[in-house]
Amino acid sequence: MHIPDGFINAGTSAGAALIAAGGVTVAVKKTSRYLDDRQVPLAGLTAAFVFAVQMLNFPVAAGTSGHLLGGALAAILVGPWAGALCVTVVLIVQAFFADGGITALGLNVLDMGFVTALGGYALFVGLRRVLPRKRSSVVLSSGIAAGLSVVMSALVFFVQFTIGGNVDLAPGSVLAAMLGVHALIGIGEGLITAATIGLVLSVRPDLVYGARDLASPLEMSPLVGTAGSVP
Amino acid sequence: MRNASSTRLFVITGLLLAFALVLFVSPFANPNPDGLNRVAMDEGFADTETEHGMSDSPLADYTVRSVDHDGVSKGLSGVAGILATFALGLGLFAFAKKRREPDAARLRGDRT
Repeated sequence: MHIPDGFINAGTSAGAALIAAGGVTVAVKKTSRYLDDRQVPLAGLTAAFVFAVQMLNFPVAAGTSGHLLGGALAAILVGPWAGALCVTVVLIVQAFFADGGITALGLNVLDMGFVTALGGYALFVGLRRVLPRKRSSVVLSSGIAAGLSVVMSALVFFVQFTIGGNVDLAPGSVLAAMLGVHALIGIGEGLITAATIGLVLSVRPDLVYGARDLASPLEMSPLVGTAGSVP
Repeated sequence: MRNASSTRLFVITGLLLAFALVLFVSPFANPNPDGLNRVAMDEGFADTETEHGMSDSPLADYTVRSVDHDGVSKGLSGVAGILATFALGLGLFAFAKKRREPDAARLRGDRT
């Protein structure tokens, strides 16, 4: 999903960089409202883990691969704004690996970071509202939300491409191709996200931001916790 | 809430898992172009890509230049990337974390 240099023209890329810079500023401010000392290394770990798993391309169709974007996963682990910052850090480091264009950094921070973290987390919260208040619902919600976040990311790329693509192409064809392949990649994203959230919930449920309503020991009793809203 | 040493153990275990993934799994990752690159090839805009400004970086394309073995080179580049991401993340989140006395600052600065 990393947009390389050249796909999108300079003006659109610069505009995206400005919006991304504004987004990072807001995210730092929002993160500083809740992230305490104890969570700093966890957020660092989340970024490092997303970097690692982004290297694990899986096959999605003949001659095509996909990899985790990780924004939804990070958002559910450390909160949506800190999650967007995690992916931003990953993208900055990846520039030194020549992965994702340098002029395209703002575009990628928006598509792969903010759209997946904020959009994915909104979907996750929505799903949790309608599902029973228990751990398995958190895992299921995380998988579905993460999968759909990839499709959202592909849609936002398409908007950027429509505004600033360096070629004139039939937009419908590009849109259909982007959505098709990213729906498949979304399945992988959903499975990896659900597996990771399930693993963390099984060892340290108190460390999952998106499940902090389940973390107090009282609510693990089967007698309580059947009703209530997600904060 | 558990104690700090348990959280430290969690972070160390998580980093070791990330190292294991890049060292032992990433060499077997699917080498085909990813979704966007595939679409760019099929739809005919792949050739608008320009050369990456960091293509001469010692870690370009997830390799360590001085290591010949492809899998080992990729794995080691991943270890470097994990360490860099963790360090940069720690720095950013240490900057973005909750301040000790936000209320005092808010009382002084807001709504006057």
